Amino acid sequence: MSSRDIVFASVRRALGVTGAEAPRRQEVDGRIAGHPRGVIPQRAQLPPAERLDLFKRMVLAAAGTLDHLQDAAVVPEAVAAYLRARNLPPALLRGADPRLADLPWHLQPTLDVWIGASDGRQLVGLSHAFAGIAESGTVVMLSGPDNPSTLNLLPDYHLVVVQAADVAGDYETVWDRVRAAYGPGEMPRTVNWITGPSRSADIEQTLLLGAHGPRSLHVLLVGEPG
Amino acid sequence: MSVHITSPAFKENAKKALADAPLQSALSKVGPGFIGRRTAAAGLLPEFDALRDSARDIKNHTLAHLDLYLERYETKVRAAGGHVHFAVDAAEARDIVTDICRRLGAKTVTKGKSMVSEEIGLNDHLAACGIEPVETDLGEYLIQIRGEAPSHIIAPAIHLNKDQVEADFRRVHAHLPPERNLSEPTALLAEARGELRQRFLQADVGITGANFLVAETGTSIIVTNEGNGDLTQTLPKAHIVLASLEKLVPTLEDVSQLLRVLARSATGQEMSVYTTFSTGPRRPEDVDGPGEYHVVILDNGRSGMLAGQLREMLRCIRCGACMNHCPVYHAVGGHAYGWVYPGPMGAVLTPSIIGIEKGANLPNASTFCGRCEEVCPVRIPLPKLMRHWREKEFERHLTPAPQRFGLGVWSFFARRGWLYRPATRLAMWGLSRLGWRAGRFSTLPLAGGWTRHRDFPAPEGDTFQAQWHARKAKRGQE
Repeated sequence: MSSRDIVFASVRRALGVTGAEAPRRQEVDGRIAGHPRGVIPQRAQLPPAERLDLFKRMVLAAAGTLDHLQDAAVVPEAVAAYLRARNLPPALLRGADPRLADLPWHLQPTLDVWIGASDGRQLVGLSHAFAGIAESGTVVMLSGPDNPSTLNLLPDYHLVVVQAADVAGDYETVWDRVRAAYGPGEMPRTVNWITGPSRSADIEQTLLLGAHGPRSLHVLLVGEPG
Repeated sequence: MSVHITSPAFKENAKKALADAPLQSALSKVGPGFIGRRTAAAGLLPEFDALRDSARDIKNHTLAHLDLYLERYETKVRAAGGHVHFAVDAAEARDIVTDICRRLGAKTVTKGKSMVSEEIGLNDHLAACGIEPVETDLGEYLIQIRGEAPSHIIAPAIHLNKDQVEADFRRVHAHLPPERNLSEPTALLAEARGELRQRFLQADVGITGANFLVAETGTSIIVTNEGNGDLTQTLPKAHIVLASLEKLVPTLEDVSQLLRVLARSATGQEMSVYTTFSTGPRRPEDVDGPGEYHVVILDNGRSGMLAGQLREMLRCIRCGACMNHCPVYHAVGGHAYGWVYPGPMGAVLTPSIIGIEKGANLPNASTFCGRCEEVCPVRIPLPKLMRHWREKEFERHLTPAPQRFGLGVWSFFARRGWLYRPATRLAMWGLSRLGWRAGRFSTLPLAGGWTRHRDFPAPEGDTFQAQWHARKAKRGQE
């Protein structure tokens, strides 16, 4: 008997089942197919304008920073200003996301824009979020060549473009969008929910920013809710 | 069980802890910090209690169908290119991990915080196999360089003070200039970040735990604030997930319910900084991520818990709220419990894993004040389950003889009301006469354990039952 068989036999013995009971199977299949939502907080169900306000407030409450830009075309300018204000070298690393590639980077000729995954040597990373979540001020990042996961974690400064139209009230709405993009039951290799910059309270419960991940998380919120 | 168990010596451990001044100084911050933050976070979300009910129901449903969800989960992981390994016990789980590491020729492994790793004693085993484990969570790193076990399930180094950390960093990071200033916690954090950054990039294998496993998608989830577990699983050649079998939940919606109560109950955050969902290894189009993805599913006694009352314990999502609110934990800290899981959840879980013979002291380390149950996000009746263990202990004659004798005498009287009432009346009357002058006793036969530390108040005269009868009789006359 393999260990797998032993574990399954032991679970089934304890539950008093064989595993072949049709009603149990139907129950499980039904739950996965229907993926019912549970309790959704009131604050996650606001109308678009208030939802966006809550998102902004929650990003700041999680010690993130935020610029609200009216148009994606000014993202390169806002990025350059962000780096200048912090005395950072004018260079960043981003993925191949066409929504980032199509921005007018040529208007910032002094800004070096590199494309690829991070090997830990870049100070600044730029990514495009799949979604924002208002109830907790979270940005949702999907792995892949467009937005490599290492950009979320290795640079000291992580800049994230979030389309206002992509800001959802709750997590559940975003899961439905992931299902729509990848198919039911399918996921990108990695989904990172990020709520503020890295921190630790492991020394005497004193909360300090900048543990192993980015010391700063800056959200570039673009446009108005659709 | 490779982790040294000192649970049978709980009483001596506790005595030592109470006399340990630096430990007491560190512990004095546990209650005020965690309790206030959790209360504030719960207060900000009107649906918090409804979410706790929802979380409890999701876990109950999953446990009742655990075999089927495990099957589904396994199928999905394989379909995504990952591997699922089942381990009956700790030794088997350790061997699975070292076999993978050896096959990949791993010299160092980075680790995200994992209580299952502590449970199976993985670090010692890896080291014995010539593989260097590097803990990357700041708290776990601190206890690793001190050769200690965690004293809390979410804040492993909560028993330490800043000065101890500074001394350890000066000892272990001897290649750094000795004159550097480490007086501020920020300097300590920056030093740990610098030291560990290279280790992240050099590691051959990354090992993490899992807060949840999702059957719908074959996904493992970790929750961190530092980003350490996330780097651990993203950078090396292979990612190994260690998870016990009760981590399973059906769907992404279900896990979202649980995530809404996890951080609020644990640290009082609305959401932890990094919640990372991993499904299989690097894909053909990916430019980063681990080339191999393995999940080790550990039983180690848990399947047996499904059969009876203890099934409720398998709802636990390891937030630590029970110990954060426990007066016994506040007094003695986590190490006194003598194994991996401390506090009320440890008092219930530990005997299930290491056996009641070794763990009997832990369910007795409770005043049954009920705060743990009151704050548990999945509403585990922890006092009831501790009582379950106390009954088992008594049934199996593990209770010390004087205590058994005392309980025997009491139960003899308690079952005979006609004898109990006059006997207690006589005893209370006697005590009140003896103590009428001072109103308290500074010594009392058979109650030395109490009177050594505080006076025993003298009874006022009559028993509660007698007073109640008298009052009822009086009311009847009116």
